Amino acid sequence: MTYQGPFLSALLGERSSRWFLAVLAVVAVAVPLMNLVFPQDSALHVSTYTVTLVGKYLCYAMLALAVDLIWGYCGILSLGHGAFFALGGYAMGMYLMRQIGDRGVYGDPVLPDFMVFLNWQELPWFWQGFDQFWFAALMILLVPGTLAFIFGWLAFRSRVTGVYFSIITQALTYALMLAFFRNEMGFGGNNGLTDFKDILGFDLQTDSTRCALFVISAVLLAAAFVLCKWLTASKFGRVLVAVRDAESRTRFMGYRVEHYKLFVFVVSALIAGVAGALYVPQVGIINPGEFSPINSIEIIIWVAIGGRGTLYGAVIGAVLVNYGKTYFTAAFPDLWLFFLGGLFVVTTLYLPKGVKGLVADSGLLRKLMASRRSEAGG
Amino acid sequence: MRVLASLMLIFFSCLMVQPSWGDGGLEPLLDKLPTASFREKSALFSRIADTRSENGLAILRAVASGDLYYRKSDRRTVFATRDEGGYAITDSLTGEELGVAGRRDVKKITINNALRGELKQLIAGFKLKSDKTSERIEAARSIINDPSVDLMPLVSKAIEEETNTDVRAVLDLAEAAIIVTDKSSTVAQKKAALSVLGEATDSNVIGLVSRFTLKDSDGNYLEKEAELVSSAEKALETLKAKQSFYDLIQNLFFGVSLGSVLLLTAVGLAITFGVMGVINMAHGEMIMIGAYATYTVQLLMPNMIGTSILVAIPVAFLVSGLMGVLIERLVIRHLYGRPLETLLATFGLSLVLQQLVRSIYSPLNRSVITPDWMSGSWAVNGMLSLTFNRLYIIVFSFLVLFALIMLMKKTSFGLQMRAVTLNRKMASSMGIKTGWIDAMTFGLGSGIAGVAGVALSQLTNVGPNLGQAYIIDSFMVVVFGGVGNLFGTLFAAMSLGMANKFMEPMAGAVLAKIMILVFIILFIQKWPRGLFAIKGRFVED
Repeated sequence: MTYQGPFLSALLGERSSRWFLAVLAVVAVAVPLMNLVFPQDSALHVSTYTVTLVGKYLCYAMLALAVDLIWGYCGILSLGHGAFFALGGYAMGMYLMRQIGDRGVYGDPVLPDFMVFLNWQELPWFWQGFDQFWFAALMILLVPGTLAFIFGWLAFRSRVTGVYFSIITQALTYALMLAFFRNEMGFGGNNGLTDFKDILGFDLQTDSTRCALFVISAVLLAAAFVLCKWLTASKFGRVLVAVRDAESRTRFMGYRVEHYKLFVFVVSALIAGVAGALYVPQVGIINPGEFSPINSIEIIIWVAIGGRGTLYGAVIGAVLVNYGKTYFTAAFPDLWLFFLGGLFVVTTLYLPKGVKGLVADSGLLRKLMASRRSEAGG
Repeated sequence: MRVLASLMLIFFSCLMVQPSWGDGGLEPLLDKLPTASFREKSALFSRIADTRSENGLAILRAVASGDLYYRKSDRRTVFATRDEGGYAITDSLTGEELGVAGRRDVKKITINNALRGELKQLIAGFKLKSDKTSERIEAARSIINDPSVDLMPLVSKAIEEETNTDVRAVLDLAEAAIIVTDKSSTVAQKKAALSVLGEATDSNVIGLVSRFTLKDSDGNYLEKEAELVSSAEKALETLKAKQSFYDLIQNLFFGVSLGSVLLLTAVGLAITFGVMGVINMAHGEMIMIGAYATYTVQLLMPNMIGTSILVAIPVAFLVSGLMGVLIERLVIRHLYGRPLETLLATFGLSLVLQQLVRSIYSPLNRSVITPDWMSGSWAVNGMLSLTFNRLYIIVFSFLVLFALIMLMKKTSFGLQMRAVTLNRKMASSMGIKTGWIDAMTFGLGSGIAGVAGVALSQLTNVGPNLGQAYIIDSFMVVVFGGVGNLFGTLFAAMSLGMANKFMEPMAGAVLAKIMILVFIILFIQKWPRGLFAIKGRFVED
């Protein structure tokens, strides 16, 4: 690839990306170390609960990246991205379910507990192969990717855009939620998949496995960030922005707009699927609630808060809002929805560029940079 | 519309009947009941029946079902229903509530099988002689359900005396039902009776007739007379054809009923989307507010449940409508030309409204009482009965649609609204205050959602998530029908309602929903702007 050299230097040359990757690297190293090395009573010790919590935020951040890629750069507002996240999560959950083996409540060597409970005699065909990690890993990419491809192909080909597209994606995730709530679907119905024991032979309850998952999440988040950055910084990315700003004009210039949209939509779904797959072993459960439309729409607000079209803004937004959620739902459970709803309104009304825009517009960043430059110059 | 509604109210309140207590002549008979022998009881029962009072009927029924007791202390006969720690008892003569009695304080008025048969006749005869046509029909129907030879004399006598043809028809069926179940009837009699039954429109008849076509394990008919088997089969064929026809009508009714609910919930959405190009994600919450308005109105006038629902309609319209105007002025106005941001902001508002309702009314579901004139069902014939609440909602949704069409076509506001839908800039140049039209349109759409909430409160419980359950279906209606054309919304709502109800028995409710979604995704391949899109030249950017 001839593009890579200039791209990498461009990536690292950009101040925001450098900062972002640096902070992420520090977090990825420091948090597990503080958990494993320092003893429990030390002031520097980070509890396993916190490791898992931050790991969860990293998965959400990845999901936010996926949404920012299509919404921020291509103007596609998907209100159903939670579906791809949940599908990736279910694929991972199925692998973890099969790993339980005969350690379940009913002790059936092949069938997961809920199937024994439902009196099923044998494993349904779509559960075959999930005892192999490589197969599950393939499915984590393949299932969300295929769904996004078919759905996107149908939608973009017929030029479904704007709010129409948003509504249809919302209906998609809603339909999937209804389907997964059914016991007959064979995905554990209401309760979903849970009681996981180990992954690739490592016990999920130990600190070391949790820290490993944390590091993997951070690394994959960084990889997703670099991938998105690469996509958006390339010529391809410029076309995406053109589609976002003036779809018809781009089409009239001879670009096959629907191909660009479809490609970026599928990439975004793949990232979301991987995020879901990392999320499930850390939180220990996946249920149909993940498909609910409100979850998908919450992702949008993470991106909007952080500032769309910047990638790192999406990550910041995801972490901020989720930290807020963790805090509010514990401290003032009744106020959380007021707060979240208020965020939606205030961000769309007053912060069209998100928190990042707020900082940039106030000139804070510019002043800082200017002072630095003058220092360097002088 | 109010006049019509109040007329309906008067009409239905006339239909309501108060049970009359304290009829003369019953008291001495009841006094003897606790100590009477079976033979004496038989005489007492027929004398009770001769009083021809509502109360007498209630007493006979209670005896038959084993709910009539007497209190040992004062030998008063009482209706008793099992309750914690004993029986809740009511005086059978005066209807006075006597509290709870211990198991040992009361004793059942016992009967034997012979008496049970007599009671059945007495009760049927009681109602067959009623002054009301509906009661006579009901009595004859109950005989078809449970025919017995003992009732034959009663039925024949009733047929002779009956002047109303509708009641006659049911009585004839009852007679035929008794004949076919009576072992002593001749083959010719049974055959004639079977052909009468074949003409019936009553689902209970099917069971009677199909008895003749039962086979034993070797595949031979249990009925020995081949002639009867063939005529029974013929009768069964016509009956089944009729049954499937009425099942179809029933399904159509459910489909139209669901369709009219969808129409109510979606039409406001279609209007706001058509005029302003924004999707109001808080539309479902406007429905919810309407439903809570109904609930609140009912709380405020607990003694006039029948009227409260009529009062709730304008109240819900105003509350939701004002909320809509408020939202438009405070939020949506500032997001003009950014439909996706509007969608997000209104979604945020929907969360706030849900939580607001949760804080005010508690997160639990509340149930709105259905007024008497809306409960029950209309039995068209023995195979088809339609519930009143759904019937009213269908009528109501069409009234709302009609009012809207009038508003759109006959008023200057409607004209301006349509102008803005077609070409906002041009309309503005012609002096139409587009900002004002936006606010009013949004208020109107929200108000209609509120009215939809009144209707929904009659079908389901009222809870903070009420709106969410309908919002996605409403979106589907708008996407399917296209915007800016009320007939498109009507057509889409009805066809989606029908499709749902016809697929439900085949595939189950969830699969039906999924199939419809897939259909809509495929549908917009061909018609991306809905079925009834406004024709014109659009460039999307």
